[in-house]
Amino acid sequence: MAETPIIEVRNVSRQFVAVQALVDVNLSINQGEIHALVGENGAGKSTLGKIISGIERPDAGTLWVRGAARNYTHPIDALRDGITTITQEIALMNQQTIIDNVLLGREKQQFGILKRSEMRHEFDRIVQDSGFDLNPDAIVGGLHLADKKKVEVLRAIARDSELIIMDEPTAMLADDETQIFLEIVRDLNQRGHTIIYISHFLEEVLNLADTVTIMRNGRIVRTAATSEETTDSLVEAMLGQTLSEMYPPRVLPPPDAHNALEVRGLRSNVFDGLNLQVRSGEIVGLAGLVGSGRSRLVRTIFGAEEIRGGEILVHGAPLAIRNTTDAIRAGIFMLPESRKEQGLSLKQVIRSNLTLPHLRSVNWGAGIINYPDETRRIRNLLAELNVQPPLPQLQVNRLSGGNQQRVLFGKWLFERPGVFLVDEPTRGVDIGAKQAVYHLIAELAAEGVAILLVSSEMDEILGLCHRVYVMRLGQIVAEFGAETDSPISRRGIMTAAFGTIQDSVAQD
Amino acid sequence: MNANAPSLSDRLTQLDRRSISNFLLDYGIVIAFLVFYFLLAFSTEAFFTIRNQLNILDQAHQIGLIAIAGTVVIIAGGFDLSTGAIFAMSGVVAGLVARDWADVASIGAAAPYLGWIIGILVGTLLGLLNGVLVTFLRINTFVATLSTGLVFRGLALLITQADTVRVRDRVFSELARTNILGVRTTIYIWLGLALILTFVLIRTQFGRYVFAAGDNPEAARLSGINVNLVRTITFGISGFAAGIAGVISASKFLRAQSDNGQGLELISIAAVVVGGTSIMGGEGAIWRTFLGVMLLRLIENGFNLVQVENFYRSIFQGLIILFAVALDALRHRRS
Repeated sequence: MAETPIIEVRNVSRQFVAVQALVDVNLSINQGEIHALVGENGAGKSTLGKIISGIERPDAGTLWVRGAARNYTHPIDALRDGITTITQEIALMNQQTIIDNVLLGREKQQFGILKRSEMRHEFDRIVQDSGFDLNPDAIVGGLHLADKKKVEVLRAIARDSELIIMDEPTAMLADDETQIFLEIVRDLNQRGHTIIYISHFLEEVLNLADTVTIMRNGRIVRTAATSEETTDSLVEAMLGQTLSEMYPPRVLPPPDAHNALEVRGLRSNVFDGLNLQVRSGEIVGLAGLVGSGRSRLVRTIFGAEEIRGGEILVHGAPLAIRNTTDAIRAGIFMLPESRKEQGLSLKQVIRSNLTLPHLRSVNWGAGIINYPDETRRIRNLLAELNVQPPLPQLQVNRLSGGNQQRVLFGKWLFERPGVFLVDEPTRGVDIGAKQAVYHLIAELAAEGVAILLVSSEMDEILGLCHRVYVMRLGQIVAEFGAETDSPISRRGIMTAAFGTIQDSVAQD
Repeated sequence: MNANAPSLSDRLTQLDRRSISNFLLDYGIVIAFLVFYFLLAFSTEAFFTIRNQLNILDQAHQIGLIAIAGTVVIIAGGFDLSTGAIFAMSGVVAGLVARDWADVASIGAAAPYLGWIIGILVGTLLGLLNGVLVTFLRINTFVATLSTGLVFRGLALLITQADTVRVRDRVFSELARTNILGVRTTIYIWLGLALILTFVLIRTQFGRYVFAAGDNPEAARLSGINVNLVRTITFGISGFAAGIAGVISASKFLRAQSDNGQGLELISIAAVVVGGTSIMGGEGAIWRTFLGVMLLRLIENGFNLVQVENFYRSIFQGLIILFAVALDALRHRRS
């Protein structure tokens, strides 16, 4: 029997300034299913979720809810239809209690005065419904992430949500918290809630969802039952090509290449005696879980966090790094993990961003910028990196994500680094830009740049690196590479990262 | 071809409407200035004389100096609410030096000049102190400069014993009252500062650092920039400009009082905002502030010429500022 789908999206398109986020998308979500949306960053899955929850409006096409056309102008409209969203970031009031968060907007009151006992009854009812055990008077700010997620789920239940859209809900969770959360989702589903589950984690999707829709470049590739898919088939559909085509051929550095970066006994408030080396021309990966200290390690080497002891040698010479200026002058550059928060000055033009760390080298003297020289060098760089459009005077926030990422790379390639610390270089860029980044990294290494690469995408580590250090709890716990005893393998890295011997986790 | 996609002509009109409204948001100040300027030029004969034009420029020098320097502070992500008090401090210090050191044998005739220099120096140092409080001690920029403003004004009161400082040596008044080629020194000074800071902002390393510090301080720090130092210097520039303005005032009237310059800080910030420099930091321009200052002066001048009651002027200026801030908010929602 063909029931009316709870959600139907018909011919929906959505254009942002520089990108077409959705192109003529058709999708139906059936009552009571867990429907996963997968795709690369920028594939349009979040935009689709936002259109269903009334956060974004389609430029063309219609949204149908339970067989009726809907034109949401505000999330509150979707809320009235029983549609709630839970996002990657926690959207709770940290200073308030659990009960106040859960019943936000649904407070029981009379003459503007809260009726606490009725609210308590309501809360108990919801908790019974969910099977969670949470203290209603606990302050949300003090909770673990998984418990905060529970509060968000409770809030969704309190709002009588028939459909809950979850956008990367486990991205910020540790592994055990993720397992708990997935149980919650299954349970919610069994209690009759329909769930749209947007995620990067393909294993998770295959285990959890009934149906999966794969998106690429704003279009739907296909919708299928999860039982008919494997991680490989999903990846191939998401990328539009097989994985091996993504990465440039691996060229090992010459055997006599010297250590461009050597860290001996590094100590800080996170690290206690940490050692590593990167040879000139070598791409060394730093793998590990989120929070294992990878980003903090490269930030510390770069002088962005305080060093308490140990030695850092650059091309064999010890270097005192007190701040980022010291590192930059010694040719240690760092591409930070967050483009928007740490990388670019978005309101400034491309020109200002590219030369910000290098103004000493485009100078007439007395701090006055040599404008013609700067312009010439910028034009060359923009052409080399294929930034579109290649206009030095264009504001950076008017570029697409991929081009912003190219500008971010350009900022650290205006002068060439000797040691390049690269932290999550492909976060938030589309597939084409990703491939360009991989080739760029490989080319830099071929030029002799020593590269230390932090990545949470295992495929990047496997596809690019000559050697891999695995970090856990602020320590390097394993090393893999062709020249060591243990070759690089997904299983080996994951085992070391989780600190477990049995290898049940092949999570990506 | 997708039938649902908007047609080319639809897109063009959409583009047009969007780019026109963006243009208005970005260059509204130019239009407002021109409208007022020609309105005044055509409605009153007295307006369009060289004499009146120079007068307006001269009268704008106090707000002008402080707002021009304040623009740099705001671009770098700060706010200076102590400029009125620095104005007073510099004025009374300059006056005291000129008055009291005139009797010191070894200084004598140099006292008026020393008064100018030390007055401006004090302003600069107080500005730098603000900078240190705001950056290295991480005190909120509003609270810090609001408090130091109270402290500075209190100090001015203390060192003058709440009395008016009168300078007898007429040399002291030359800073404010000299004409060069028929134009007042005050005009050279404030427009000169505007030109210098324009150059600094768009053509120097420091200028780039100012924008970077206001736009995204973390990205600036990770680019090897000492953000605290950059911001401190911007406060120093603000104190320097307020100091000059205060010394000019003392010079002009040959007297200074601890309650001089009250409210200057607010009207100067208003001029910056009216010009279209964003209070969020990271964007803005000196020419904008120049137009903002001149617009506020024109309104004042116009109200004087057509002899409207004072309170209308205040209401009108208030509304203009509100409008400017609303435009800024709108622009940010767009981007």
